[in-house]
Amino acid sequence: MDFAIGEDRQMLADTMSRFLAKNFDWEKRLKVIETEHGFDRAMWSELAELGVLGALFSEDVGGFGGSAFDIGVVFAEVGRAIATGPFLETLMAGHLLAAAGESEVLESVIGGERIVTLAHAPAHDAESGEDRDVTASGSGDDWTLDGAKGVVGYLGAADLIVVTSGDKAFLVEAGGTGVSVSDYRMVDGGSGGELHLSGASAKLLSGVDAGTIAAAEAAGVVALSWEGVAVMDQLRDQTLEYMRTRKQFGVPIGKFQALQHRMATLALEIEQARSSSINAAAFFDKPERDRFVAAAKYTLGKVGNLAAEEAIQIHGGIGMTWELPLSHYAKRMVILGHLLGDEDEHLSRYIELLRAA
Amino acid sequence: MNLEYTPEEEAFREEVRTFLKEKLPARLSSKVREGKHLTKADMEEWHAILNEKGWLAPHWPEKYGGTDWSVMQKFIFETETAMAHAPRIVPFGLSMLAPVLIKYGTEEQCRHYLPRILDGTDWWCQGYSEPGAGSDLASLKTSAVREGDHYIVNGQKTWTTLGQHADWIFCLVRTDSSGKKQEGISFLLIDMKSPGIEVRPIKLLDGDAEVNEVFFTDVKVPVENLVGEENKGWTYAKYLLTYERTNIAGIGASMAALEQLKHVARTTKKNGTLLIDDPLFAQRLARLEIDLENMKTTNLRVLDAAGKGGAPVAESSMLKIRGTEIRQEIGALMRRAAGRYAQPFVAESLEEGYNGTPIGPEWTGPVSSQYFNNRKLSIFGGSNEVQREIITKAILEL
Repeated sequence: MDFAIGEDRQMLADTMSRFLAKNFDWEKRLKVIETEHGFDRAMWSELAELGVLGALFSEDVGGFGGSAFDIGVVFAEVGRAIATGPFLETLMAGHLLAAAGESEVLESVIGGERIVTLAHAPAHDAESGEDRDVTASGSGDDWTLDGAKGVVGYLGAADLIVVTSGDKAFLVEAGGTGVSVSDYRMVDGGSGGELHLSGASAKLLSGVDAGTIAAAEAAGVVALSWEGVAVMDQLRDQTLEYMRTRKQFGVPIGKFQALQHRMATLALEIEQARSSSINAAAFFDKPERDRFVAAAKYTLGKVGNLAAEEAIQIHGGIGMTWELPLSHYAKRMVILGHLLGDEDEHLSRYIELLRAA
Repeated sequence: MNLEYTPEEEAFREEVRTFLKEKLPARLSSKVREGKHLTKADMEEWHAILNEKGWLAPHWPEKYGGTDWSVMQKFIFETETAMAHAPRIVPFGLSMLAPVLIKYGTEEQCRHYLPRILDGTDWWCQGYSEPGAGSDLASLKTSAVREGDHYIVNGQKTWTTLGQHADWIFCLVRTDSSGKKQEGISFLLIDMKSPGIEVRPIKLLDGDAEVNEVFFTDVKVPVENLVGEENKGWTYAKYLLTYERTNIAGIGASMAALEQLKHVARTTKKNGTLLIDDPLFAQRLARLEIDLENMKTTNLRVLDAAGKGGAPVAESSMLKIRGTEIRQEIGALMRRAAGRYAQPFVAESLEEGYNGTPIGPEWTGPVSSQYFNNRKLSIFGGSNEVQREIITKAILEL
């Protein structure tokens, strides 16, 4: 048993942390999230040069990391700075590209030259009120896609789109015939879009199957859980600092037991969430993966909401303001709970596994 | 990062399992698994088996009969023994008094008392709480007045667990009332056979009497029974409370209890549906198991930090809070699973050799008693509210 993160990973974390502190400070973030795609394209290339994207992939596909703990370390830094950019999309789409042996494409993604996103969840169809997904038809090298995908991260900025359809995945060029994109900003910064495909030509990612897609989702949850714990740490630390300095009734509000006990419970829950993120990474290559991944995403949702809501409540009115970084951390925290299945969905999965065991 | 045991730790776990298979009497593990009351003789029997193996005092230095195990080895030992339904080792002499004697006592005290703890000659109990001093322990009033080469002790202790079996009691007593309340407390060892001591059982809500009141009326205690310096007892008491961190969360006990709960959920029907297929019950069970899995890793992280010389104060309190909450929730779900059979209360059925026909499913016999008894978990050892104070003090630094 060893809880040390390892020298190489620590170095990467330090590099990334220093870089983001310098190039993505608070003023910068406020400006960036108001831009069209909600992230800084030039900074993305610099992060790629630092090796941040390479750390998400193993050596045989052109990276230099790729283990669950490598992924965790990178996303913890993303969370600490609440950095915007297609980190999760790169990780998950890249995972599918790697499985399909698309080394040339993946190389350009890891190098930061091209932006890739993953179109996975169905879109809402206004006419029927139902979800509408993408269907694929074709064979060999000749495939066309029809349908829609909803809330695709950084869609407007993407050069390439990995589109899932059932247990298959396809590579689509953004801007191609039959590919239309309507994009928008997200509530927590960054951007997304609705993807409409109408006879769009696509390349089948051969080698991708249901298992590969599940593994990409599991990697995504590991990433989110590490990012989430880092956001929680920020919410806790900023709230503790406020409790030390904000005075009411002549004393720092940290003197009030009603707040002290809530904070103690929150601190405890955050340690539990940290443990769940460690478990998810530690069991990533083991048969119990799905159980610990479900546990981590459930815990992330539960504790994340608590952290966001308590942090705002303890801050009081100032916690409601746009100008306070805390409110942006709280927004990111809550939205992390919605990505790749919320806590109810993952608790249901956990229960299924419990019944089957 | 790696959550797996090292080959050495894995080998140690096998050694513990083999020992348990060979030496833990089936009679005792059955009693523990079935929730029956353990007698003094039961507890002494297991104590003697461990002593013979040399595994009774893992946290003592080797020169006094300890094992010099790492924190991980202690954790493995505690988890494996709990999972095997071994009786709990009575902690008062071994885990509470001994570390204080070793750190603050004289060589003579160590040489006299420690072997007697190991071989079972002395059964110790703890004299801390008083009727007016619970969470606010430092306001204790039991007094010790020096007269020649004796202290004269007057007052009352309460919640004295298993005091009815005890030969000795270690007490916090007031030797000075002039200054701050923490600064006038001393740590005194008192022979329970001394004239002037009276033990009265307190019957608890589960019908059992595991705790007592202990009254002291002009009890003469030789001055050599003082541990450390006069009026420094509060320091020693605090040391005692923070000493044994490895088992504060009771992970092993919870793991064993959860296994039983899952078995019950898979085999017990409510209105025709197995409990594991009841969405509401399954949800509580799943949340509980996830919390325990998380807690296991939290505990290992704290042990890892402690093993590297850290002093995880806030984290220990977190383990205490969540560990006890988990154990209480397991008990609550067992009671819930028993349904209407949570009601029958046949006290004799919790004793060994009971021959009556079980009422309802056999496992339901002790569940209500255990549920009510488990209310103590969030109260003793510093209530969970006091633990929250400790956490805030540590992280808020205000």
